[in-house]
Amino acid sequence: MALLNSKTKAVLMGPLNKNNPVIIQVLGICSALAVTSKLEPSLVMAIAVTVVAAFANAIISMLRNTIPNRIRIIVQLVVVAALVTIVSEILKAYVYDVNKQLSVFVGLIVTNCILMGRLEAFALGNGPWPSFLDGVGNGLGYGWILIVVGFFRELLGSGTLLDFPVIPQALYDIGYENNGLMILPPMALIVVAGIIWVHRHLNKDLQEESN
Amino acid sequence: MKTENSTYTIVYAIVMVLLVALGLSFTHQALSDKQKKNIEIDKMQQILRSLKIEASTDEAEDIFKDLISDAYLVDLKSGAKKESSAGTLPTDSAFVVNVADREGFPVYEAQIDGDKKYIIPMNGKGLWGPIWGYLALDSDASTIYGVDFGHESETPGLGAEITHDFFRKQFEGKNLFKNDEFKSIAVVKKGKSVADKDYVDGISGGTITSQGVGAMLYDNVGEYKKFLENVRSSK
Repeated sequence: MALLNSKTKAVLMGPLNKNNPVIIQVLGICSALAVTSKLEPSLVMAIAVTVVAAFANAIISMLRNTIPNRIRIIVQLVVVAALVTIVSEILKAYVYDVNKQLSVFVGLIVTNCILMGRLEAFALGNGPWPSFLDGVGNGLGYGWILIVVGFFRELLGSGTLLDFPVIPQALYDIGYENNGLMILPPMALIVVAGIIWVHRHLNKDLQEESN
Repeated sequence: MKTENSTYTIVYAIVMVLLVALGLSFTHQALSDKQKKNIEIDKMQQILRSLKIEASTDEAEDIFKDLISDAYLVDLKSGAKKESSAGTLPTDSAFVVNVADREGFPVYEAQIDGDKKYIIPMNGKGLWGPIWGYLALDSDASTIYGVDFGHESETPGLGAEITHDFFRKQFEGKNLFKNDEFKSIAVVKKGKSVADKDYVDGISGGTITSQGVGAMLYDNVGEYKKFLENVRSSK
């Protein structure tokens, strides 16, 4: 059996584009506001969510036939919380600097609705390998939005990218100023809305009928 | 398998929780030595940063042992060194004492280019959580040689900017004492000024965190006033 047939490919690639968790399903907006004022936390958050989503999906999928229906949400939460704790312990032991960057955000992964959404909607009804891919796909789909938003917010708000100044001093000398509003949470919503606008413009079939 | 059964549900929950608890405590145990070491090295890096030295994780320990000539706890009332608290190893009381819980008040001494520096740890409150830092003073116990700040959860791009060079560099050369009186350093809104003491610009958009830094300097370093005065009068 090939690792990727057409079905699993759709599972992996769908969330990157026409089934994107952030700009189509509008999930995970809260963390998209919180961590995207700089590019670096956006990047690390994207990686962390992808890893946790992929493994949580695979584990729940393996257990799916044994989980008692009445406590399935609790089981999912325990699995996600345990994974997040392990990730945070490993970060603390091996990449302490990254862990400091992420401190609060790691804990916030538990509350990311994309995770619970994928566990409920996909992992409970599919095998471990497609579920794993679904987790990777959704994590990346969430991640690239975060990275785009973080890119624009850091560039326009602080004039830097990954903390390196990229706006030439000459531009400041002729009166250019960083836009402080970009650093504040409302601008994350506006940038996300901008991405949705461009995305719908490119994919006419996603536009709702007006009546 | 009958998964709707109540007994099954309860047993499932118990077994799951036990397994997860076991797994997590095992992970924690296995990694805790490495984590402790990381925290120690991180603390050394912070102290070195207040001395304007950027040390990588690998070299921090060696540079630290080279530069730090003494470390001890002080008694705040008299400002004197406490008995048998001296040492320069990371295992000595001045290093292991929990400063945030006010278990003791350490001072670290360093020798830089033949001049003695005093380093004082600080703890305070930002907007979302604790902030902390290290303040390095010249041998006159008033002129700031360098400073380092850290925070747990301030907003990136706003309050979290206190850790950046442009903010920390402002403190260098400022004086804690004016006319032999402890005044601390004020953190003010850009463009504003303060008459009777040295001041630095706060961070726009990070007002509460900036105020926290000001309060931390005033309260925390202020507690060491007696010690600093002793150093000054012994000159």
